[in-house]
Amino acid sequence: MTDVTASPGNSNVASATPDTMAWDSRARRVVMIYLPLACFILILLFPFYWMAVTSFKPNAELLNYKEHNPFWITSPTLLHIKHLLFETSYPRWLKTTMMVAIGSTFLSLFASTLAAYAIERLRFRGSPYVGLGIYLAYLVPPSILFIPLATVIVQFGLFDSPLALILVYPTFLVPFCTWLLIGYFKSIPYELEECALVDGATRLQILRRITLPLAVPGLISAGIFSFTLSWNEFIYALAFIQSGANKTVPVAIVTELITGDVYQWGALMAGSLLGSLPVALFYSLFVDYYVSSLTGAVKE
Amino acid sequence: MSVTTISSRTYEQRQPNWLVRLFDYKPFLIVMCLAPAIGLLAVFLTYPLGLGIWLAFTDTTIGQRGVFIGLENFQYLLKDPLWWNAVFYSIFYTAVATFGKFALGFWLALLLNNHFPFKSLIRAIVLLPWIVPTVLSALAFWWIYDPQFSIISYLLVDVLHLRDSNVDFLGSPWPARFSLIVANIWRGIPFVAISLLAGLQTISPSLYEAAMLDGATSWQRFRYITFPMMMPILAIVMTFSIIFTFTDFQLVYAITRGGPVNSTHLLATLAFQRGIAGGELGEGAAIAVSMIPFLVFATLFSYFGLARRKWQQGEAND
Repeated sequence: MTDVTASPGNSNVASATPDTMAWDSRARRVVMIYLPLACFILILLFPFYWMAVTSFKPNAELLNYKEHNPFWITSPTLLHIKHLLFETSYPRWLKTTMMVAIGSTFLSLFASTLAAYAIERLRFRGSPYVGLGIYLAYLVPPSILFIPLATVIVQFGLFDSPLALILVYPTFLVPFCTWLLIGYFKSIPYELEECALVDGATRLQILRRITLPLAVPGLISAGIFSFTLSWNEFIYALAFIQSGANKTVPVAIVTELITGDVYQWGALMAGSLLGSLPVALFYSLFVDYYVSSLTGAVKE
Repeated sequence: MSVTTISSRTYEQRQPNWLVRLFDYKPFLIVMCLAPAIGLLAVFLTYPLGLGIWLAFTDTTIGQRGVFIGLENFQYLLKDPLWWNAVFYSIFYTAVATFGKFALGFWLALLLNNHFPFKSLIRAIVLLPWIVPTVLSALAFWWIYDPQFSIISYLLVDVLHLRDSNVDFLGSPWPARFSLIVANIWRGIPFVAISLLAGLQTISPSLYEAAMLDGATSWQRFRYITFPMMMPILAIVMTFSIIFTFTDFQLVYAITRGGPVNSTHLLATLAFQRGIAGGELGEGAAIAVSMIPFLVFATLFSYFGLARRKWQQGEAND
C-alpha cells in the first residue's frame, strides 16, 4: 500500500548506520533481516506444508519414518481425498459452509452498509454514540454468548438449522463491516452528495448511484472479510448444529472425522487442506483488500 | 430542444409518489437504515448477553426451565478446583501468548518494514495462518504434536540426536499447556505483525532523519521514536488480542479438549463442557459470565494503560 512512500527512509534507517561500509552493511542486512525473515516464513508456513504432505502420503509411508523421509512423499496418493469425497459427507459439509458463509456475508453487508451510511452521512444527533455502540458490540466475544444464544435459537425453533448460523454470524460481522464502511464513506467527498442533492436526487438515489459505486473497494473488503470470518467460525456452529449432515466443514472435521482410537491422519489432513483451500484461494485473489481492511479496521 | 427536455424533467421530479417522499424524509430514513443492523444486534447479541447473565443465576438445564437460585452457581464455582484451574490457565495462556505474539509480531513488522524483493508476496504469505480456519490449522498442530509420529520429535531424536525419546507434547499438563500456547502464538503473529506494520508505515521518515543527524543509535531510534509513535495502535491491537486470546475456544477444543486431566481447560472450553455437552446451562452461563470481569479489567488496563500517551500528544499522529 504505502510501501513506495515509506520505504526509502525506513530501509535506510533499519539496515545500517551511516558510517558502516558497503560490504559490512550487506552482511549485516543478511543477518539482521533476511535470516530472521526466512525463519519466520519457514515456521509460519511449515504447518501448511506438513498438512499438504500428509494428505498425499499413503498410510504405509505416513507411519514409517525409519524407511521414508517424512518431509517428502515417495509415492503420492489421492486415496485420502477420494475417501473424503466419496465415503464421507464432505461435499455436503462444503455446500452447507458455503451457503452459510455467503448468506451471512450478504445479510451483514446489507445491514452494515445502511447503518454506516446513516451514521456517517445522514448525521443525526447521537450518531457517534450509535457508532460507538456498534463498535462495542465487536468487543463481546462469542465465548460469552454461545450458551444463552443456544437457548434463543431453540426458542426460535432454529436449532440444528444452518439458517440459525446465517442469522447469528452477523453479530460479529456487522460491527466489523460497519466500522470498515464508515471509514470508506468518510473518504468520499461530501460535496459529491451535496451536488446530487442540489440536482434534486433523493437520499436513496444518492446512496445507490453515488456513494455505493465509490465505496466498492470498501464493500469488497468487508465482503471477503465477512466470508472468511464466517467460513472459519467454530463455536456457534459447534453449539447450534447437531446432526452430522448439517455441520460446517471446521466442525464436521473435528467431530465427525475423528473416529475411534486410530486417527486417520491422512484423511484428517486432507479434510483440513480442502477446508482451507476456498479461503486461501479467495485470499490470494484479494490480498490487498484483506490487508487494507485489516489495517483500516484497526486504525479506525 | 434542450430547454424542453429540461423542463419536462423538472416536471417529473416535482411529482414523486408518497413512497419516494417518505424515503426521503430524513428521520424515517435514519430509522430504516439503522433498523437491520440494530435489530440483528439487539436480538442476537444484546438480548443473549442479558439472558446469559440471568441464566447464570438460575439452575436451567437443557430441556428444563430453571428457577432463580441467586449466587449458588457462583458459590459452587468458587469451591470448584476445576474452575480455579481454568481461571489460572486462562490468565497464564493470555499473558504468555500475548507477550509472545507481540514480541515476535513486532519484530516481524520491523523486518517487513524494510525494503526487499518480493515484499508484497512475503507480506501475503505471512498473513496466511490468520486466514485459514483456526480449527484446521489446530488439527495440523495436533498432528505435529502426535506422541508417536511427531515431526518435531523426529527432528530432535533421529536427525539432530539431541534426545533419546520422543517428546511427550500433549500427554502431561505443563508440556500440553505450553504446546497450546505455541500454537496460539503461531496463529496470532500475522495479525499483530500486519497491523503494526500499518502503524510503522505511518511514522514519518523525517523523524528518523532528524534523530540520525542528532547521532541517535538504532536502539535509541527504536526506543524514543518507533515505540512511542506506535503506542496508540499497539493499545488497540493489544486490547483485541487480549480479549480474543482470553476467550479462545477453538484451539484448545481441537487439540486437547481440556485434557490431560483437565489441565488445559480455558474458561470458554469449561463453559462449553458444562453448559452444552453436560447440559447444565445455568452453570455454563455462570462460567461464561465469570469471564466478564477479567475481560473488562484487561480491556481497561491495556487500553488506558497504553493509550495514555495519545491524549498527551493530542491528535498529532492520527
